[in-house]
This record gives sequence, C-alpha cells and structure tokens, in this order.
Amino acid sequence: MTWLDDSALERLRQAADSPDLEGTRYRLIDKLGEGGMGGVFRVEDRVLEREVALKVIGVSDPDGVLAIRLLQEARVIAKLEHPGIVPVHDAGALPDGRPYYTMKFVQGKRLDEHAKDVKGLSDRLRIFLRICDTVAFAHSHHVLHRDLTPANVMVGPFGEVLLMDWGLSKLLYGSAVRKVADPEASNSREFAGALTTAHGSVLGTPGYMAPEQSRGDSLVDQRADIYSLGAILEFLLTDATSVPRPLAAIQRQAMAEEPAQRYQNVPDLAADVARFLDGVAVSAYPEGLPARFWRWIGRNRAWIALLLAYLVTRALLIFLRPR
Amino acid sequence: MNKALLGLILGGILGAFDGLSAWFYPEVRNRLLGIVVGSTVKGLIAGILIGFFARKVKSLPLGVVFGLGIGLLLAYGVAAMQPPGQHYYFAIMLPGGIVGTITGYATQRFGQPTTRLRSSKV
Repeated sequence: MTWLDDSALERLRQAADSPDLEGTRYRLIDKLGEGGMGGVFRVEDRVLEREVALKVIGVSDPDGVLAIRLLQEARVIAKLEHPGIVPVHDAGALPDGRPYYTMKFVQGKRLDEHAKDVKGLSDRLRIFLRICDTVAFAHSHHVLHRDLTPANVMVGPFGEVLLMDWGLSKLLYGSAVRKVADPEASNSREFAGALTTAHGSVLGTPGYMAPEQSRGDSLVDQRADIYSLGAILEFLLTDATSVPRPLAAIQRQAMAEEPAQRYQNVPDLAADVARFLDGVAVSAYPEGLPARFWRWIGRNRAWIALLLAYLVTRALLIFLRPR
Repeated sequence: MNKALLGLILGGILGAFDGLSAWFYPEVRNRLLGIVVGSTVKGLIAGILIGFFARKVKSLPLGVVFGLGIGLLLAYGVAAMQPPGQHYYFAIMLPGGIVGTITGYATQRFGQPTTRLRSSKV
C-alpha cells in the first residue's frame, strides 16, 4: 500500500471542492476565496460572455444546513437591491447536487486592506457612512447582516463600497419574514425557518460580534449590527494619530455593552458621524456653551473675518476722517 | 433660493446698511435718505450681477474676486459722481469692495444654482 503525502491530499481536497460545472453555462477560471460555508470561484458565464463570481457550499454538508443557508443568502441578496449590495445573477444546483449562486464579480479590495491606502480621517468616515447606508437599507427590509467586519466590506476601484457575505443574515420575525421571503415560493416556509438561529448557537466574527450575539441570544436585533458598525468604526480609527473626542464618543456609544445604551438605529449613528464631518455637535458627546461657541466660530470664520473687516474699515474711516 | 435672488437680497441689505453709515458723517447727515436709497440700489445691482456670475461659475475664489471687482467698480462710479473735491474714492470704494466680497462669498457658498428643474423624458 502507498500512502499519499500531505500535498497530494491537499490537491485532492481542492479538486473535490472545486465545483463541477459540466453541463452548466459556467466555466471555472480560478478560486477567489474560501469561507466557512464553502468557496467563491471566478467563473465565466459562457452565455453572456462575462466573468461572475460563483459561490457554492463545500462538499461536506450531510444535514443540508449549509445548502439552505446558501439559498437563504442568495434570496436575501436578491431581495435587497441596493448599490451597496452585490447583485445576484443566478441560482441553481450543480450536477453533483450542490446549490450555488452567481453574483457580480467585484474587483476591489477588502476594507481591512483598503484602509491602509486611505490616510484621511474624513475619507475613512465617508466609507463608513456608505456602509451605514447599506446596513440601514437592509434593516429597513428587516434583514440583519450579523457578520459586519472590515473583511466583509469590499471597496471597488471607483470608490464603490459593497457589503459582502450575507451568509449569516437573519430576517426579523413577524411581518418581516413575509416581506422578504417569497410567499409564493414552494419552500418559503423552509426558507424562513432556516433564517432563524437556534438559541445558543454562536455565529459571527469575534471582536465584531455584539455581546448578546456572542452569548447566542436568540433575540438579537438591529442593535447587534450597530455594535459591529461601531467595531468597524474603531478599526477605521485605529491608526489615527489622535481620535477627536466626539468621534470616540460615537464609537463608544455604538459599542455599548447594553443594546439599550447604543444608537437605536443605523440612521441615528450615521447622522452623528455626518454631523461630526460637518463640524457640528454630535448627540453622543454633549458639549458646554464655550465649546459650542468656539465650534461656531471655527465653522463661520470666513463670514466673521469678512464682517469684521467691513466693520473695522468702516470704523476707521469714520474716526480717522479729516474734520 | 436661487443665487441671483440671494445676491439681490444680500446686496440690497448690505447696501442699505452701508448707506446708513453716512449717519456718522454730520456733513452729509441731512442727505441720509438719498444716500441710503442710492447705496441700496447700488447693492441691488451689484448683488444681482454677482448672483448671476455665481450661477454661471462655480468657484469660490473667482466668485470672491468678481464680487470684489463689481463692488469696487460700482463704488468708483458713486465716488466719481460726487461734487468736485468730495469724491472720497478711498472712503467709498474700500467698504464697497468688502461688501462686494461678502456677496461674492455668500452666493458661491449658498443658494441654488438654477431656478427650475427640467423633467426628463423617457
């Protein structure tokens, strides 16, 4: 008997994980990445002659949970039509039975890599606001992302900010399920059921997960995503030479231990960051009258300088005129 | 509010305010009303010119320079119209230039660039 060495085994494993696209409209180009659920591959759509990204679950899915979760992810993304969310083009099953979906192939950098190239604080905050905009949109459709991390944010070559990896997304209960899940789909009940997470199971990324999500609470709501947004903000401020106190207060409030102490919705968080960018007071950082006065002076210094120039000129002309 | 209207209103207010400063000159105080009216009209003309410029050219430095130029030019005209020996070019043109600068700055920073929206055809 001959034993296979590790590299041979690795090649075999990769070959087994590579999707069998025989008989489909896609041709495998290369692998883009690997996630907890499966792999993402760059493929060519031979019908439309374009490159797309194909996500497929790994080979090991005996109980079918990953397959349902992948379908859930595809459906959630398909329902959320937004510039900050990668559009899904197609979904189906490979010849070996594994479900897949294809989406726009995004050429860009993950935020954790892109942030190194963005030195200006205001530029970083504008990226953050774009993320907030997308998350707020998802929340308005009763969808929680639950895995917001810099690694799941892609920044495109033209500055587009895209929120990726909706594999852990969750629908809020009640009417929300009816709104997002297609009521006419034959397996909508199965789909909606797959979106709920059993009490005690922990899904997410350590360091970015809200405490209640880490504990496996089943009643996480949009404030868990707000915590993660606070962690992303913290990441974006990491190498800033000095973090302005109002901005640090915003980040602390977003990452408060208790959900009730956080911003209660994403637009409120985004509005505070936008106020900081505009140089006005933020709700997370109460200021005294002197601080407000000096902030007002700073924001209106051009006006004040022009009016002072006029008044001083006028006064000098009056008092120094020949009598 | 569109930029031309903003320039008109601001120019008028600043012109009137500038004219009121004549009260501090006892020798012309008896002509205060005429000076205020004249200064207001000058401000209105300068304001609308600066406002129209702001609609066409979106540039803070150019807007400020244009405002200064218009303010100085109109103030020069006013000073030149004074009786011989009472032109007071410096005393009239300097505040006029600053008022024009303020209007130029304001019309570049604020106000809508166009007055109406056109509907698109599909």
